[in-house]
Amino acid sequence: MSDTLRAALALAGKDLRLEFRSKTGIISAAMFAALVLIIFNFSRDPTTVSNLDLAPSVLWATFTFGAMVALNRAFHLERENAAFDGLRLAPISREAIYLGKLLANLVFVSLVEAVTLPLFILFFDVDLSGALPGILLITLLATIGFVGVGTVFSAMVVRTRFAELMLPVLLLPFMVPPLIGAAMATTRLLAGRPLSDFAGWLRFLAVYDLVFLTLSALVFWAVVDE
Amino acid sequence: MPSAEPLLAARGLGRRFGPSTVLRSVDLALVPGQVVLILGENGSGKTTLLRLLAGLLRPTHGTIQLGGKPFSSSDPAARRGLGLLSHQSLMYDELSLQENLVFAARLYGLKEPHLVAAAAMQGVGLAERGESRLGSLSRGMLQRAAIARAFIHRPPILLLDEPFTALDAGSADRVREWLSGRAREGCGILLVTHQPAEVWDLATDVGVLAGGTWAILESRPATLEGFLPRYRDAIRV
Amino acid sequence: MNAGTRGRGAIRGGLAVSAIGLLALAGVYVLALKHTPVEIRQGLAQKIFYLHAPAAWSALLAFGLVGMVSVLYLWLQDPRLDLFAASSVEVGLAFCLVMLTTGPIWAKPIWGTWWTWDPRLTLTLLLFFIFLGYLALRAALTDRSERARFSAVIGIMGLLLVPFIHISVYLFRTMHPMPILMKPSKPSLPPEMLKTLLCSFGVATLLYIGFVMVRYGLAIRQFDREEAQHES
Repeated sequence: MSDTLRAALALAGKDLRLEFRSKTGIISAAMFAALVLIIFNFSRDPTTVSNLDLAPSVLWATFTFGAMVALNRAFHLERENAAFDGLRLAPISREAIYLGKLLANLVFVSLVEAVTLPLFILFFDVDLSGALPGILLITLLATIGFVGVGTVFSAMVVRTRFAELMLPVLLLPFMVPPLIGAAMATTRLLAGRPLSDFAGWLRFLAVYDLVFLTLSALVFWAVVDE
Repeated sequence: MPSAEPLLAARGLGRRFGPSTVLRSVDLALVPGQVVLILGENGSGKTTLLRLLAGLLRPTHGTIQLGGKPFSSSDPAARRGLGLLSHQSLMYDELSLQENLVFAARLYGLKEPHLVAAAAMQGVGLAERGESRLGSLSRGMLQRAAIARAFIHRPPILLLDEPFTALDAGSADRVREWLSGRAREGCGILLVTHQPAEVWDLATDVGVLAGGTWAILESRPATLEGFLPRYRDAIRV
Repeated sequence: MNAGTRGRGAIRGGLAVSAIGLLALAGVYVLALKHTPVEIRQGLAQKIFYLHAPAAWSALLAFGLVGMVSVLYLWLQDPRLDLFAASSVEVGLAFCLVMLTTGPIWAKPIWGTWWTWDPRLTLTLLLFFIFLGYLALRAALTDRSERARFSAVIGIMGLLLVPFIHISVYLFRTMHPMPILMKPSKPSLPPEMLKTLLCSFGVATLLYIGFVMVRYGLAIRQFDREEAQHES
């Protein structure tokens, strides 16, 4: 078990080192998220729609798009020099490869979210004081959910010609439950409702994460083996 | 073939890709110190055979044994006994040579990855290029780097896919020397090549793949010139 | 049965079953239009329910089978299982389309709106997209075994997604009151309506079986043709 973890951490570390060396990936994803926020701002009429009503939807839509952009990078970088063969040759389990890529993706998407959230607070003038820990928890749970599935799908679509297009097509249905859960919970949180009002949604997100992380780890070999 | 317990053995190995059958039935037994040259025309399945043996491909039929035990691609630990030098370097251009080798060492679970990486670079004569970005290395250096990576865990079984392609004479000499050293240490070596002259004297056995199986598999004949006519007959099948 | 004739049985049988199914469909229509009472509140438009609900059932049946067959494929690696799953997806997609078109046609005269985020309609919409994604991925992959394995992964993950979509969309709906879509609750359905409904469920299942048999037969024949072409 710890062999798997060690290999996964080595893999994630390599991914992050590569990403921070070039930085283009994270900058593109962050800029993309910022642009999405700006577009949302111009596409609404502030006099008719209140910020608080719109806020959770905008935030989660932005996170979704940002995550999509970030996810494709993980397996794309293994295509140069057939580096992925190097991972498959090594005495590491398929689950270790999945876990390593998952961890790197989580860090990456979290960074994009960390850039997006302050911009969101700024552009939409939303008061998040007191709600911040809650927002972070909801974000973490929902992110794990769709990055967990997204990691498997991005490994599949990287072999096709239109990977950037195929990933959203495959992944969007799987983002609906975490998105609904996160938006519902965020709305209640921002409306100042007590924890008991949205604990159910948090549980829902947690169960989704558990089920799909386990399933993804179990089927990942089918995506890796030839 | 000698009758010692083989490092690597295959029986009836076959592989299809969709409707096309690349390998029909291949038997193999590799013992320590053996250096087997694998020859054949393009498309005869040489690379496929190596990839099957390395666990990168699942056989359509047949079995592989590693040290007498069945080997399947779902058994990670067994892969420690193998190393494959592929056509491509399996490394990352944006990382330095040293970073690439340290990563490989970690993947193989080796203790003190930095020391192992340094020793590997030393072994292929690239100690001074450790900080260089991998993408900046010349072809010959890249091949040596790939060798350092492929065999960083010092496996007893070495699989090499056309190691001499596009190498200058000096680099080819170094690779030959390195291979000879490994064979003396008791490694088993399977080497696919289009340039048998480069390693003829080093080889102990020669195999020719044609029609999805061995057309020839025997101890290495004394001279390459004497062997070539039989090679041409074999591939004409 | 040698390779040249494999699949022919499935096609013939499937065409027969489908023909029976289509005749039965016509029969159900007669039943629905002539012999079943008109629902008071919704009027004539409610009749489309006899097409709509069974289509949903067939789509869900198709989806469930795809998921289970996908698990079997990953276990047994038999290409016929993959061909069956793909056939089931195509048929399921067709039923989804029926449901997604009849839904709005039903909703408009009653609610004045084409679309409602009814939980089942939304589930069908997402099912539709999962099916489409499945087929899009298959079209983009050329290696047979890769295509089969990846399709199986989507099939399995898709199947497990269904309960989560159902729960979340249902809860979403109850929090956001929208025109409550009346569904004739089973116990209080007058017996004629229930009978018609059950008949149409039976017909939908029959049509599913027939269509999948034909599609599967065609898929097997194409598979064999590819094999033969390669030998020669």
